[in-house]
Amino acid sequence: MDYSKEFLQGLYRTMVRSRAFDSKAEELFLEGKLPGFIHLYIGEEAIATGVMANLRKDDYITSTHRGHGHMIAKGADMKKMMAELYGKITGYCRGKGGSMHIADLSIGVLGANGEVAGGLPIASGAGMAIKLKKTDQVVVAFFGDGASNRGAFHEALNWCSVYKLPVIFVNENNQFASTERVQETTSVQNISDRAVSYSIPGVTIDGNDVSAVYETVKSAVERARNGGGPTLIEAKTYRIKGHFVGDPTLYRGKKEVQEYWKREPIGRFEKKLKEMGMLTDKEKENIKNEAEKEVEEAVKFSEDSPFPEPVSALQDLFVDDTGYGY
Amino acid sequence: MREITFSEALGEAMYEEMTRNPTIFTYGEDIAKQGGIFGAYKPLLGKFSDRIIDTPISEEVIFGSALGAALAGMRPVAEFHFADFIFTGMTAVTNQIMKIRYMTGGQAKLPLVLRGPDGISKSAAAQHSESIETIFMHVPGIKVIIPSTPYDMKGLFKTALRSDDPVICFEHKLLYKMKGPVPEEEYYIPFGVADVKRKGKDVTVVTTSRMVHESLKAAEVLLKEDIDVEVIDLRTLIPLDKKTVIDSVKKTHHLVVAHETWRKGGWGAEVASVVQEEAFDYLDAPILRVGARNVHIPFSPPLQDFVVPDHKDVEKAVKKVLGEV
Repeated sequence: MDYSKEFLQGLYRTMVRSRAFDSKAEELFLEGKLPGFIHLYIGEEAIATGVMANLRKDDYITSTHRGHGHMIAKGADMKKMMAELYGKITGYCRGKGGSMHIADLSIGVLGANGEVAGGLPIASGAGMAIKLKKTDQVVVAFFGDGASNRGAFHEALNWCSVYKLPVIFVNENNQFASTERVQETTSVQNISDRAVSYSIPGVTIDGNDVSAVYETVKSAVERARNGGGPTLIEAKTYRIKGHFVGDPTLYRGKKEVQEYWKREPIGRFEKKLKEMGMLTDKEKENIKNEAEKEVEEAVKFSEDSPFPEPVSALQDLFVDDTGYGY
Repeated sequence: MREITFSEALGEAMYEEMTRNPTIFTYGEDIAKQGGIFGAYKPLLGKFSDRIIDTPISEEVIFGSALGAALAGMRPVAEFHFADFIFTGMTAVTNQIMKIRYMTGGQAKLPLVLRGPDGISKSAAAQHSESIETIFMHVPGIKVIIPSTPYDMKGLFKTALRSDDPVICFEHKLLYKMKGPVPEEEYYIPFGVADVKRKGKDVTVVTTSRMVHESLKAAEVLLKEDIDVEVIDLRTLIPLDKKTVIDSVKKTHHLVVAHETWRKGGWGAEVASVVQEEAFDYLDAPILRVGARNVHIPFSPPLQDFVVPDHKDVEKAVKKVLGEV
């Protein structure tokens, strides 16, 4: 990979910021400060980072229930994200969505989604809009291994192939659909094998290698921008944390998780950058400190923010917001 | 005034608004070459070719992509082919389209329309005959229009095509060929304004869609017995025009609600509840409901006729509410 130090450190910084955000979210949740439940992106940061480094602000993504990392990599404001996790009025969704429904339409995030595969039909529609408007935007639809067993996945791949839409399907195969292992619930060895059925390119890559993600997505995005249609990319990773914070994880042993910690993407990329002479210890410390500071500021902002007025629950159903909520 | 069919009224609304607004596009099964299985899009054939799209039989993407296209700046009109098959893509409607604006704290504008046929036809049996509008009145997040005449179809649909909120439109299969007066000049019908299709003083019948015509027929028959029925066509269920209904009940003191969908848990029950909450003292008798019996729509003609209500059921209910049975 022949890239500038600035670019490579940028990838590293995004991963570190994402990790810092989710580590703090985990801590706050365990302290009982966050309502609801949250799903952490820890260990999967290379995917969002490598994908988003190929996208413009006006490109779209659809995210998942495990979407904090997508938001950060697409350029979201950590303060508004954290405030949403707290259920505060200053959050992205004014406290109506929470962790699983964060969206920022101004940067092309068409929503995290609480429904497995829920974003794929939405991404297909954004792809249709781009084709009709004749722009060169693209859409990236993130989804998990479990989503590839839903009808929506198959409908969306067929649809986007038929109309040659600029949609890149990025499968984050973290080996688990909630508590179920992918190999016990899925008919194919590689989820990318399913691309064959839809006459589109399918490729499996190491999702913990940010360079591999970046390079693979780069060519898929180029194809899509030039009218070449969709691609299915399976980025294999591992969900180091439980399905949600507090998951007793009875379905796997500690040893397995320890093994995968050794392959987590940030440490790997850090080592590579050092070997390449692209990252000094001091730079590394600075990046980590800055990320932690940014997260602390987001926490402070959230804790200082008020909860929404209860009556505001009756707003936001329709644009014409008069008299529908009652 | 000239007369056109219900189907032509829909086609005209689409034609006029698509001409005006290049972001409107429409898609679904069997529409671009066939003009829709009930011919509603025939006026559009050969025009706007890139904006009328035949799709795979993939309802979850048909509905979910409407949301995605709306978020990305277009104004999609997605056809659901048969109301019964909305269920095959239902999650994209109730979990996505109807929730996204609310869940994002009002960030999303969703100028999209879902439309298609509902109700009985000639022996289509249980999977091609349902009326399911009540479900979309029950779950918050979509406006529900259910026109009964060509005039209302065109006026309401043109409003739908200018709405920034999601709209679902139910078009009764037996109405598509019905003719009625529609002016040449442009007009719009606002949502939430019921239409008094017949003025009367003795009993109020609140209804929609095909049952408007059955209720009007019942009113003609009952007039011979000196019973003067007021027929109110709600036209939209969300928003619901409570005022017109309550004002009428204050005058007639008797209410019958009539719809083709199941009597049990149908939207008429909601209307009845609203009236008893807000106008109980004006009622001289319990509110009666007319609706399909609590089974599925059967195939054989005498079975279908037995299950689905018509004007005779309205007549019976009106007499009963007046204590004349």
